[in-house]
Amino acid sequence: MSRSAHAYLGLLAFGLAAPFFIYPVLVMKILCFALFACAFNLLLGYTGLLSFGHAAFFGTAAYVAGHAIKVWGMPTELGLLTGTLASALLGWAFGSLAIRRQGIYFAMVTLALAQMMYFVFLQAPFTGGEDGLQGVPRGTLLGFIKLADDLNLYYFVLAIFVAAFWLIHRTIHSPFGQILKAIRENEARAISLGYDVAKYKLLAFVLSAALAGLAGATKMLVFKFATLTDAHWHQSGEVVLMTILGGMGTVLGPVVGSTVIVTLQNELADKVGSLVTVIMGAIFMICVLAFRRGIVGESMALYKRMMGLKT
Amino acid sequence: MTEIFGIPIQALLGQLMLGLVNGSFYAMLSLGLAVIFGMLNIINFAHGALYMMGAFLAWMGLEYLGIGYWQALLVAPLMVGIFGIAVERSMLQWLYKLDHLYGLLLTFGLALVLEGLFTNAYGVSGQPYQIPAELSGAFNLGFMFLPKYRAWVIGASLAVCFATWFMIEKTRLGANLRAATENPMLTQAFGINVPLMVMLTYGFGAALAGFAGVLAAPVIQISPLMGSHLIITVFAVVVIGGMGSILGSILTGLGLGVIEGLTRVFYPEASATVVFVIMAIVLMIRPAGLFGKEK
Amino acid sequence: MMKSKLLALAISAMLLPVAGSALAQGKISGDVVKIGVLTDMSGVYSDLGGQGSVTAAEMAIADYAAQHKPKFKIEMVYADHQNKADVGSNKVREWYDTQGVDMVTDVLNSGVALAVAKVTLEKNRIMINTGAASTRLTNEDCSPNTVHYVYDTYALAQGAKAVTKAGGDTWFFLTADYAFGTSLQADASNAVIAAGGKVLGAVRHPLNASDFSSFLLQAQASKAKVVGLANAGGDTINAIKAANEFGLTKTQTIVGLLTTIIDIHALGMATTQGMMFTEGYYWNLNDDTRAFSRSYFAKMKKMPSMLQAGTYSAVTTYLKAVEAAGTDEAGAVMKKLKETPINDFFAKNGQIREDGRMVHDMYLVQVKKPAESKEPWDYYNVKAVIPGSEAYQSMALSRCPLVKK
Repeated sequence: MSRSAHAYLGLLAFGLAAPFFIYPVLVMKILCFALFACAFNLLLGYTGLLSFGHAAFFGTAAYVAGHAIKVWGMPTELGLLTGTLASALLGWAFGSLAIRRQGIYFAMVTLALAQMMYFVFLQAPFTGGEDGLQGVPRGTLLGFIKLADDLNLYYFVLAIFVAAFWLIHRTIHSPFGQILKAIRENEARAISLGYDVAKYKLLAFVLSAALAGLAGATKMLVFKFATLTDAHWHQSGEVVLMTILGGMGTVLGPVVGSTVIVTLQNELADKVGSLVTVIMGAIFMICVLAFRRGIVGESMALYKRMMGLKT
Repeated sequence: MTEIFGIPIQALLGQLMLGLVNGSFYAMLSLGLAVIFGMLNIINFAHGALYMMGAFLAWMGLEYLGIGYWQALLVAPLMVGIFGIAVERSMLQWLYKLDHLYGLLLTFGLALVLEGLFTNAYGVSGQPYQIPAELSGAFNLGFMFLPKYRAWVIGASLAVCFATWFMIEKTRLGANLRAATENPMLTQAFGINVPLMVMLTYGFGAALAGFAGVLAAPVIQISPLMGSHLIITVFAVVVIGGMGSILGSILTGLGLGVIEGLTRVFYPEASATVVFVIMAIVLMIRPAGLFGKEK
Repeated sequence: MMKSKLLALAISAMLLPVAGSALAQGKISGDVVKIGVLTDMSGVYSDLGGQGSVTAAEMAIADYAAQHKPKFKIEMVYADHQNKADVGSNKVREWYDTQGVDMVTDVLNSGVALAVAKVTLEKNRIMINTGAASTRLTNEDCSPNTVHYVYDTYALAQGAKAVTKAGGDTWFFLTADYAFGTSLQADASNAVIAAGGKVLGAVRHPLNASDFSSFLLQAQASKAKVVGLANAGGDTINAIKAANEFGLTKTQTIVGLLTTIIDIHALGMATTQGMMFTEGYYWNLNDDTRAFSRSYFAKMKKMPSMLQAGTYSAVTTYLKAVEAAGTDEAGAVMKKLKETPINDFFAKNGQIREDGRMVHDMYLVQVKKPAESKEPWDYYNVKAVIPGSEAYQSMALSRCPLVKK
């Protein structure tokens, strides 16, 4: 068994035991955002594309899944799937447009397109606008496991997270993943090697959008609520922060980053109010200036240095 | 009463005028962004926050020091400009060698910090700022009331935009700036202090944003979030116009403001999204932007 | 081997604070009555509720403990929902799950209130809403765990009825685009039409809009005699200011449908004189109201709005019900709440109905001319007392499933 597999098993054990000593709703929130960040990292850390509009996918799936479950009466699993597919489709549409530009322009285009989705959600009657899509029933799993019970829902969410994480892990370590890394390192060379770079970028974008959507739909299920906050550009910025803080281009970085940020927000929101935004911003700036490899990246570099290995 | 396409002419002209006012802000802000991007290759996400700072400084000046509007028009942009220079010297300059995305991320973090600090101090519901006495009241044009202040906003922004364009395109300083953008090393070799130019450029861009903020103060509720409401639309404006030309940014900004105003009359539900839809279309047919040159 | 163990250790260490923080929060206890004040602390409605509501609740708890010396401890927590329904409902869920909160109050902003009502029902606690306006709380979205205490959009619409009867018979609405605005526009339109007026049109604006000019232009173009503002707080204040700027007030009357003494104070009497609307509380009504309001003023340096005065009354009423029921279990307390009439400085002839609606007398007020005001905050002439049975929608018309017809 590989060395990292030990780490994953340890975390899984922690995850299985967690709801018994930590407020389950909080851990579920962390899992959803961890998934969101991992999906985002696929695009940023492994393909080298900074999308500043990922909240659009997070929010779209939440609204679509919520609507499907609450209004169309779809069973929970199907509702989540519908939401994920909606985000994938949106990812295909936005990705095709955004890929026409590179670098900074790509980021700005994704930001603008996501903002457009935000305004669409604000206006569309089915989203409930400012009030949000409220009271979405959690339903049942496989027809009989009541998800209204926080503990049952927790294990469902954990299962979703583990499955998606495994998918991302496989993708990163597959030939497809290698090509993405090649594009990140040196796009011109990848082109010269004969790869249809645009197609790979688009594929990565769609996959990232779909999984971000899954995260959003799952979070909606936990809180029974889809709102504009999910699609707001602050949310896009937050996922970037989580990924960079944790360490982009590492597998566990996004998980660490999202855990830290969600916990921080949870603890500080009552005590310092709007200073939370200031702290987020400050962490952002510090990471960019002095901590670019993130927690996991810097830890690994430190470890290697301690072991006398070459970084 | 005359009507065009079923809309009374009074409503149409009123919205058109409001559209021009919004367009003036778009033009000034996208101009600042274009100037900064041209020199530093950094997308200044904090631009909205700097605009907000300009408005808040004007309000604070009045509230705490009794500094009136006309002095604030000079003092606030100056202070924002100095703040910009401080940011550039202490943080931005270390990022030039890195991927340009880091500049975007740093300024994003800065925007959050500024917004958070002001929200913490003043809340988000907004501070009122009186229209200066000389500019209050309205011109009664017969078909509508045109508030004097809004006419002033249009005039002042156009003047500032034109002055900036003139400085960059027609003066020696502007020529040096453009040279430093094209080829910093060669320009440095000619004895021109390129880091100084870079620093001053960011400061100037910030000052432009601050100036726009002071202009906006009497018409918009001065709130810490006023910048973020605007900045993303300005980004779209910039993508549409392309960041190659100064004139392009100005024209695109004004044009889009007017289009937004017209949309509000004929199809109000789409008024928030029309700019982004146009951006999507432009991306499909002319990716470099209407006035852009692909770098 | 080492590397992966180290990594796992590091990550677990990262997660320990998460465990620690949650461990510190205990389970629900039965002998502490915990009240949560959920409000907008820094946004567009913060002056209507906000810190004022928190202070009012604190005062109520302190006064009750001093006067009645109950056997149980009383604690209070508060939070800022930032006018976001998800922030509010998640906070309340956490309060119920981990902090043993028994009752939640204020909860202004109808969108937040509706969401909190659902969570409160799910967890079987009580919400005594003193802040929000939408009639949905006692109709479509009524619940056996909700009490709607201070006012609602139907009561506010009585002001519109009075304005229409006084000659303002064509209306154009400027509406905040969420549950509250929709509700208020609907109820006000019904009241206008019932009084013989016409509604010429309406336009919606986002909550906490930064610029009202384009909406006001539409209002002017409609040529309606009255421009009704179906919004509140900062939005009402800004809309009225912009209306003055655009000369709208020269040819049309502008009416804030939800206006409180706080707004009049912010705008000044010169701008608002003659405005007529429904109020739920006026500090200068009688000796009782003056006594409470002056002690509130001593702490907050402002007179209380109806939301803030209502919060004091609601907390006191709740504590009395808990003591009478002998438990903080929601069903028992709610039974006592609905059985007991309320007569304090805030509510005359107050009764909590089966649908959760607290019915009490409301006041039709008009803003005095600046010359008529004898002291600071002396802003209102009370034109009429609207008895509760008239001010609130009758149960016969109720759309609440709990009401047996």
